[in-house]
Amino acid sequence: MGEDLKKRLDDVYENYRNGNITRRDFVKFAGIAGAALGLAGGPFGLINKAFASKSITCHSWGGTTSEALRKFAFDPFTKATGIEVIDAAFTGMDAFLTQVKASYPPGGEFNIAHLSAVYDYARYTDLGFGVVLDESKIPNLKNVMTKMTDTLRGITNGTLSAVPYDLGQTGIAYNTNDISKEKAEELGASLLYDKSLKGKLGSWGGDFRTNMWYAALHTGQSPNNITDVDAVWDALTEQRSMMKKYWASGSELMSLLANGEISATVAWSGRVAALQDQGHPIGYLAPDGTYSWMEYMYVLKGTDLEVAQKLLNFMLAPEASIAVAQGQKYPPALDPTKVEMPEDVKKLPAFDPTGKLNGYLFADPAYWNKHQLEWAEKWDRIMAGA
Amino acid sequence: MKEKPWKPWLLLSPSLTAVFLLLIVPVCFVVVYSFWLRAPSGMDIPAFQFGNYAKFFADSFYPVILLNTIRVALETVFLCLIMGYIPAYFFYRTESRLKPFLMILVMLPFWISFIIRTLSWINILGDSGLINHLLLKYGMITTPLPMLYNEGAVIMGLIQYLLPFMILNIYVSLDGIDKSLTEAAQSLGCTEWQAFREITLPLSLPGVSAGCLLVFVLTCGTYLPPMILGGPGNEMIANLIFKRVIGTLDWPFGSAISVILLLLLVIIVYTYNRYMGINQIFKSLSKG
Repeated sequence: MGEDLKKRLDDVYENYRNGNITRRDFVKFAGIAGAALGLAGGPFGLINKAFASKSITCHSWGGTTSEALRKFAFDPFTKATGIEVIDAAFTGMDAFLTQVKASYPPGGEFNIAHLSAVYDYARYTDLGFGVVLDESKIPNLKNVMTKMTDTLRGITNGTLSAVPYDLGQTGIAYNTNDISKEKAEELGASLLYDKSLKGKLGSWGGDFRTNMWYAALHTGQSPNNITDVDAVWDALTEQRSMMKKYWASGSELMSLLANGEISATVAWSGRVAALQDQGHPIGYLAPDGTYSWMEYMYVLKGTDLEVAQKLLNFMLAPEASIAVAQGQKYPPALDPTKVEMPEDVKKLPAFDPTGKLNGYLFADPAYWNKHQLEWAEKWDRIMAGA
Repeated sequence: MKEKPWKPWLLLSPSLTAVFLLLIVPVCFVVVYSFWLRAPSGMDIPAFQFGNYAKFFADSFYPVILLNTIRVALETVFLCLIMGYIPAYFFYRTESRLKPFLMILVMLPFWISFIIRTLSWINILGDSGLINHLLLKYGMITTPLPMLYNEGAVIMGLIQYLLPFMILNIYVSLDGIDKSLTEAAQSLGCTEWQAFREITLPLSLPGVSAGCLLVFVLTCGTYLPPMILGGPGNEMIANLIFKRVIGTLDWPFGSAISVILLLLLVIIVYTYNRYMGINQIFKSLSKG
């Protein structure tokens, strides 16, 4: 880091001498660099250096997800290599992106993040937080479903800044004491707009895409190509009047369903599987066009790639990957035609025995990111009743 | 002996440095950001323009939420005042040996995480929470009462967070009143109620106003109770700032909303200082 900083200082000084930057900018950069060097090169730097090659931080979703990663991937990795994996949890992907953006240098304090959905792969990459992984150092990548790696490669010009790790769906969860399976299947996405459920509906307030996705299905449109966006807003406005709670986290979703506060909501498949395992009367519905997503381990700029690649390869080993999948209730990214899967994994929602993911509908990152600001604000207004 | 004018500044320098670095500088950053632009990718573009402020006032959406926030804050202040004055007056009058213990009870909520305290209301007010469970069990109702995810629940969450601030401010103000004043008034023929109304209440007003100001300012800036206990339509301005900054990475607009809220609160504090004197708050707190 010292060398890098020195080079940058030399560059800036040269630019200043050549008159390309003002004296004020030069002093500003020198001040920031001095502060950075003080932090990185002083006592903090010693601590950094002491731990740099011996630890790596991985941010994930907390709860059962982080627990599964810790137990079946991180701890065995530390035991095998002596490299500590610092297991951290983010409050949400947006909050995490804010933290990464706010860190200096951007992305520098963070190493690996267990991110979800391809549009965020594009967002992190567009913001310059990505790396280029050396795939020859991750031989277990060959077992991953090709469609998943190809999707990520399409965004980063054939390279990878992440390895796919699992997949899931945002389907519909319903309380089987209040709603019959037949009724749920008959209504499909329109279950979330059923007037008889007024005051007993929930939805994820933190994501405009999920809500627009199901409103598009309800209004007979393709979620990745909404032609009548006003119809979607009208549907969401109507739905709001029937809404009891826009939940903000997975644990809140589970609490609302488990306590019977709400009868139907969009829900993450793994969380529903966990509730079903606990014996709650919760059904899961995946109507045509269900919102599917993949999760991946994104390596952030500034990370020691040797260590990161070693960890990712370890995590993608079938024994680790399958054990994590069993723990977190999301199917692994491994191709079931290449790696034999146990029965309980085969039963997980979103599991695809073909390994081709045909018929799985993922959010088109270019389409959704293009409208992100405008639609997120409009969604906020609808939630607030404007 | 010659006075050394720099000495107080030297003593204050650690605090002033902390305030400068941890408050003034971040606020300056927020103000600067409020003039910037946001690129579709989420990058911030340095600029000097008032578009973010214009956007806030472009239609009624944001001002209405700001006004709602003020309304909820005023309701919270009023309820905290009613609920806070009585225990504060009790602490002032009581000679009980249990007084220190009771005072600790007021402080007790501060020992528990604010988030945990707020979340605990779900288990009390929810459809399957304690109250509904008991009412249903004893046949007093047939369907659960809707006590959660509405404005009432939000205000209740705010009160449990802010009530100690009100009680302590009023108590400190009351504690400074010489009890012999009311005794003298009563010996001259005043009833107990008259003595309270004519002497104790007016003399306690600095503490009352300090408590009201603190509760109001803290309510305007809080976002957890509306997020956890509120339903659709119970958003407050801090929730909007949170969403703009965290949800859409729109730091410039989030900063502009923050600056507008800050200006509003500065105007209120300035007005308070003009008529009541801000030093009343410090006086009350220092006596504590």
